[in-house]
Amino acid sequence: MDNNKDSMKNVVIVALSLCLVSAIIVSGSAVVLKPLRLANKALDRNKNILIAAGLFEQNVTAESKIDELFREFEVRLVDLEGNRFLTDDETTALGIDTNQYDQRRAAKDTSISIELSRDQDVASISRRARYSVAYLLKKQGSVETIVLPVHGYGLWSTLYGFIALESDLNTVSGITFYEHQETAGLGGEVDNPRWKDGWVGKQIYGADGRVALRVIKGSVDPASRDSEHQIDGLSGASLTSRGVQNLIAFWLGTDGFGPVLESLRGQG
Amino acid sequence: MSTVKEILLTPILNDNPIGLQILGICSALAVTTKMSVALVMCIALTLVTAFSSMIISMIRHRIPTSIRIIVQMTVIASLVIVVDQVLGAIAYDMSKQLTVFIGLIITNCIVMGRAEAFAMQNAPGLSFIDGIGNGLGYSAVLMTVAFIRELMGSGSVFGFELLPLVTNGGWYNPMGLMLLPPSAFFIIGLLIWGLRSWKTEQVEEPEYEIGGHTALTQSV
Repeated sequence: MDNNKDSMKNVVIVALSLCLVSAIIVSGSAVVLKPLRLANKALDRNKNILIAAGLFEQNVTAESKIDELFREFEVRLVDLEGNRFLTDDETTALGIDTNQYDQRRAAKDTSISIELSRDQDVASISRRARYSVAYLLKKQGSVETIVLPVHGYGLWSTLYGFIALESDLNTVSGITFYEHQETAGLGGEVDNPRWKDGWVGKQIYGADGRVALRVIKGSVDPASRDSEHQIDGLSGASLTSRGVQNLIAFWLGTDGFGPVLESLRGQG
Repeated sequence: MSTVKEILLTPILNDNPIGLQILGICSALAVTTKMSVALVMCIALTLVTAFSSMIISMIRHRIPTSIRIIVQMTVIASLVIVVDQVLGAIAYDMSKQLTVFIGLIITNCIVMGRAEAFAMQNAPGLSFIDGIGNGLGYSAVLMTVAFIRELMGSGSVFGFELLPLVTNGGWYNPMGLMLLPPSAFFIIGLLIWGLRSWKTEQVEEPEYEIGGHTALTQSV
């Protein structure tokens, strides 16, 4: 056998059988593990929504508890062009299941997304889906907390996260990023709980109704007049800090959730 | 039995894949900012090296010389994808941080280096042990580098804060450099220097001597 192992026939046999076996193993493992991976992904997303809303306690790790807390949220679809919440019937008519809706895929679909002009695209995301999911926590019929998905480019990667606003739709009640590839220890400090705590209670909009929130260089001076609109910068990560500021400016501005929040505020 | 022990243990100090063979430096720079991440990377790499060596050794008499590298790559790539899938299913938080680097195991020189240098000539059992041994050697260096970088860069070990940071109200002002890839170069360089000063037989013969200045003699 050793003599003819370099023969053309053996080369073809080995190459083909190896490809076949490898393909079966790889696709087999992908198919078998897919439900687990998807479940993990959904659980991770729900967990991050709870973190943003400040409902997640560190010691709660049980899946059932996360699901139980998450069920209190009302999941609604927002039309970012019509600037309103869609009713359940309209959502069904669009063929979208809010719990399965993949905004990233939607942003690539030209029929339900728009290309952003350079002036609009402050968060460097190039396309924006027409519809976005919003998570509402209601108490006695009125919105107590609203959690909105946000994303934008930092230094190395797109940061994906959630921001939660209080019932006045202006005060931040929490922020979290669930996916990014920023430098650990520098830009990666967006995960630092102390930094995230610094967001709580800050005001998004200034007196003129535009996004006034800024991530400044260094620490916020509490005595300063603008401190309610300022967030501590991440030291050694100017570009990630700027990315975070830009993504807030985009998603809570006129091309993002801004108009929807305004109309919601008008309703009281 | 002594050969098995030898094959398992020599790569840790005497024939370290990073220290002596200078393989796998790339990932040693990328994943050593946190110890927990480095540990998962070590486990993944050790498993991939061991199993790929074993599989390649099992089919070594059938592999045609002309396509042996691509055959090795295919085996390694399949294993790496499986590891990535398993990690995504059982340790989702980890896989989120590591997924880019897990993919890079395919190009990690240690895996291919051992397949080509050892598994192509030895029996499956020994090749498996060799894979584990080299994985451990890699892990030893990676964990040392990660320990130094995490302690000095973030003041913690395995995420547990040892040196309270200034930003968290403590006294330790972290060294930002330690969190950037170049610091791993310095640490690995120092480690190799230390290792070779201790075990002088690892010092390589200079390939050529630098000659003295010739300009003077020529000009005279």
